This record gives sequence, C-alpha cells and structure tokens, in this order.
Amino acid sequence: MSEANPAVDVTSKPVPSAAVQQLQFGLSSKPRTLIGDAWRRFRRHKLAMIGASILVIFILTVLIGPSIYLLRSPDIKDFKAYTEQLDFVTILAGPSAEHPFGTDDLGRDQLSRAVYGGRISLLVGFAAMLIAVSLGTVVGAAAGFLGGTVDQVLMRITDLFLSLPGLPLIILMVYLFREPVQKWLGQETGIFVIVVVMIGGLAWMQTARIVRSSFLSLKEKEFVEAANCLGISKTAIMFRHILPNAFSPIIVAATLEIGNAIIAESTLSFLGVGFPPDTPTWGRLVTDGSQFLQAGAHLALFPGALIFLTVLSINFMGDGLRDALDPRSRL
Amino acid sequence: MTQYIVRRVLIAIPTMLVISFVVFAILALAPGDPLAQFALNPAIPQEVRQRIRESFGLDQPWPVRYVKWLTNLVRGDWGMSFSTKGPVIDLVWQRMPQTLQVVGVAYLIAVVLAIPIGVISAVKQYSIFDQIATFFSFIGFSVPSFFTGLTLMLVFAINLKWFPIVYSSTLNLTSWGAIGEQLRQMFLPVMVLVVQQTAALTRFMRASMLDNLPLDYVRTARAKGLADRAVVIRHVMVNSLIPVITLIALGVPTIFAGAIITENLFRVNGLGQLLITSINNSDTPVVMALTFIFAFLTVTFNLIADIMYGVLDPRVRYG
Repeated sequence: MSEANPAVDVTSKPVPSAAVQQLQFGLSSKPRTLIGDAWRRFRRHKLAMIGASILVIFILTVLIGPSIYLLRSPDIKDFKAYTEQLDFVTILAGPSAEHPFGTDDLGRDQLSRAVYGGRISLLVGFAAMLIAVSLGTVVGAAAGFLGGTVDQVLMRITDLFLSLPGLPLIILMVYLFREPVQKWLGQETGIFVIVVVMIGGLAWMQTARIVRSSFLSLKEKEFVEAANCLGISKTAIMFRHILPNAFSPIIVAATLEIGNAIIAESTLSFLGVGFPPDTPTWGRLVTDGSQFLQAGAHLALFPGALIFLTVLSINFMGDGLRDALDPRSRL
Repeated sequence: MTQYIVRRVLIAIPTMLVISFVVFAILALAPGDPLAQFALNPAIPQEVRQRIRESFGLDQPWPVRYVKWLTNLVRGDWGMSFSTKGPVIDLVWQRMPQTLQVVGVAYLIAVVLAIPIGVISAVKQYSIFDQIATFFSFIGFSVPSFFTGLTLMLVFAINLKWFPIVYSSTLNLTSWGAIGEQLRQMFLPVMVLVVQQTAALTRFMRASMLDNLPLDYVRTARAKGLADRAVVIRHVMVNSLIPVITLIALGVPTIFAGAIITENLFRVNGLGQLLITSINNSDTPVVMALTFIFAFLTVTFNLIADIMYGVLDPRVRYG
C-alpha cells in the first residue's frame, strides 16, 4: 500500500490527479499572451537585453540630460545657448570632470553638444523609420490584399525603387533640395525634414515585400473569411484583422531601420550634405572632430562611439525581437 | 532559360530608362543654376553668358535635352563637364581604375574571409568561435564605415605610422617599390570596406548553412559513411553557396556606394570622390553620368543575381 500512487490512494486525503492539477494551474495563472510570450523569450536573449538597456539609458539621457545641466549649474540659463557657448581658454581640452567629453576647437562643451545632437540623431532615426515602415506597410498591404493589377503595379514600383542607387541618390536629392526646403520650413526643421524624407523614402521597399507576403498568406485564413461573412469592410479587415497578425516581421524591420537611418544620417553629415556644421548631430560631431585626430582624437571618437553603441544596441535588439517574435527564423 | 534571360534583360532596359529619366528630370528641375558661377561674375557680358548656355545646350527644354543626352550616351558621348570643360567620359575613365582596385580587392578579401567563417560558425553553432564571429559581425554592420575609417586612420596611420594618411594618386607603378607603396596606401581603404562587407556576408553564409544542415541529403551523405569534412564542404557548403552567391552579386552596388565614403575619407581620387566634388560644384553632366553608372551597376547586378540563382539551382523554375 505504501508503494501505491498517492493519486489513487483513496484512503488518504484526496489529491487531484495530474490532469486536474494542470487544469487548476492553467485556470489560476494569467492567460498567456503573444506579447507576454515574446517578452519571456526576449528576456532570455542577453545581448538584446543589454542593447535595450543601453538604448533606454541613451534616450533618457537626451531627454532629461539638459535639465540636469540646468539644475547642476545655476549660471546655465538656456541649454541650447550653453552648447554654443565659446570658451577660448579651454580649447581642444581632453576629458575632465567639468567637461567629461572634453572641448572642441572653439572651447565648446562636447558632452552637452553630444546630448543635444543625440536628440536630433535619434529623432532622425525614429522619424525615417516611421516614414519607411508606414509607406512600406501601406504599399505591401494594398498589394497583398487587393492583388491583381494593383499588386502588379505596386510591385513593379517597388522593384524600380530597389534598383535605385540608394546612397548616391540620397546625397544628390538632399543637396539639391535642402535650400528651398530650408527656406520653407526654417534652417534646422528644413534640413531635418529633407534628410528624414529622403532616407525614409528610399528604405520602405523591404517592409513592403515582407508585408505583402504576410498578407498573401493571411488573407486565405479562416478568420478573414469569418470577418468577410460578418460584413466587415475591406479596409477594416485589412488594417484591424490582418495587419496585427503581420506585426512581428514589421516590428523587426522597423527596429533595424532605425539603426540604418542613424548611420545614413551620419554618413550624409560626413559627406558634407547633411546637417550644417553648427548643428551638433553625432555624425556632424565626428566629421568636425575628424579634423583634430592628432590634437584631440576624443572629439571624433566619443560621438562616433555613441553612434556605434546606439546602432549596435538596436541591431542586438532587432536580433532579440526576431528570436522572440518569430522563433523559426535564424539569420 | 534563354527565354527567361532575354525577358529579364528586356525588363532591365526600361528600368534603366526610367531611372535615368527621373534623375535627369530632378537635376533639370532642381532649383539653382548650374552656371551660377558665370551669372555672378559681372565681367561676363550677357551675350557671352547666353552663348555658354547655348554651347551646353541649356537653352532647350529639358525633355529635349534628355533625348539628346540619351542618344549621345548610346554613341559614347557623355557630354562635357562644366568644371573641367573636358569630356565626362575621360574623367570617368581616369577615375575608374582607383575605384575598381580598392573595391575589387576589398570584395575579394571579404568573400574569402566570410565563407569559411560562416561555414565554421554554422557547423559549430553556439560554440565560442560562433559567438565571437557573431559578435564581430554585429560590430561590423553597426559601425558607420567613415567611423571605422577614422579609427583605423588614427591607430595605424597617425599613431603607428604604418600606412600613409592620404592616398597619393601620382604613384608611377613601374618599380617594385612603387607597387609596395601602392599596396600600403590601399590597405586602410580596403580594410574599411572589408569590415563592412565581411560582416554581412558571414551572417548570410551562416544562415544559409543552418538552413541546409538539418536536411535529409546531409543525413544521407553521413549515412553512406562520408567523412564529416567531405559532407560539410562538398555537400552542405556547395548547396549553401547558391543563395550566398546571388547575395554577393547583389552586394556589388553596395560596396561601390561604400567607396563613396572611403574615397572621401582617404582622398582616393576615384569615382566616389568625383561624385561628391561634382555635386558640390553643380557639375550636372558629371553627376548625371555617375548616377547613371551607379544605377547601371545596381540594375545589372540585380539581373546577374536573378540569372545566377537559376543557373546554380536547377530547382528554380522560370515561370
């Protein structure tokens, strides 16, 4: 008797069978959601977690960094003015307690400039990603869902865009159109808009293809037929029913696109067609600092390391998201 | 097969036409006068200005100019540069060798490095080697190439003085010493492109190997008693190379775009540097010609990749 399975031992206190235990466990625990599952898988990806933390730190720094500057030294009234404040006594100074990133050839504090420029660089990344992803999603969704002639035409346009010489064309377009756009929208906003539109406008094709192929397979599924039978409009089926199911690859593509856009912006600045010399985007800071490689290498290395760390974190995060959202792929 | 190739080429030609038309239209309609330097000079009288305009054909409407440009291009006349006043084609021929040298050597090294690294990474998935390779390839495609270049320049050219900082294009490659010097000055620009390209290719090779390794034919090869090395190299690697080779073809335009950055950083007087200086000088004919070359590279290598995929993989059917 002592060897018997406690579950069938009727004499002792009734213990629920394994199946019932499992059922109770299932009922008592919260329902597992797609996002919950993805988060659990994402957390296991160490590098992705490190990347996400670095990104959060960077975003917080560029958001609240200026306020810390203002709080720490009462003589700083306006953060932007502080980034432009010249100090000819301490030029090309190395890192110190007062200027952790050193100063440039005009004695400007490099850390505050990197914080201010980080806002622009990160914003360029997000904005270009938003343009690329929304354009790609709309094109891909329309092509995949509507099919037929619409699909044919949209895919030919996508192919055409894929055949464009990306970097040379972005350089050319930004160079040609920055002045009128700047006249129209103001110095800084103008260049921001033209850079973002050009980078995003030439980066949507991959998303369009991904979304199209998801839509092609999803529109044959039963839930779409059910929605059709319920008389739900085509637009609602497209965007409310099918699109959320195609989110995983879109999110991964969007994450990686932020990194690509940040690199593209810094490259434009480096080639002299991006933001003007006095706007301290990270790419601009590297370019300006590269003239002083011998006198003060930190001027180029620090902002360059910021770009590198940001993009590396984004790429690790994208990798983690891919594993978390789509465990089958392996790239 | 032949029919498929013909059809793809027939699609590529209108693509080229559309791209060149759009770029021409953008350049023609963009604000700013390419002859502004003359317009600002008060010493040039109105009639002379008009004559310069006519000599470049700028008095005609732009669609007419496009047709002229295109017909001349087919005949081998790429127009006259505004700034050198010489034929554009001469400039292109003069700059081409430097770009081809650096880009060609870099791509060759990248491919030769990436394939074995990718293979070993996949065969020993999650090993220390794989993790290091993965980490480095992530670094490789997360660094903007101008920053890789600056860092290499700082370490190897400025601090260690192993390589020259500025590329000299006047080297006369007649003696062994000069050839050695040429290799030395090519090293850093080549390295920048190698870092960028190896990173991506390694990932592709690894992913492709991982797709093939669990397949049945691999088990069959092992079951018939083939040595591990032979299975991996003769069976898995060869099959995994099919998609990678098409990606290598697709990467050619990318590495030329990368050359725009390295050439401007190391002052290599190649096509990429010419593009930037011409854009800054509003030298429209040169810009047009170079954009056309870049577009041609992209379209051609897309085409080559498509065709190669079919040639290498008999399973691909031409629908």
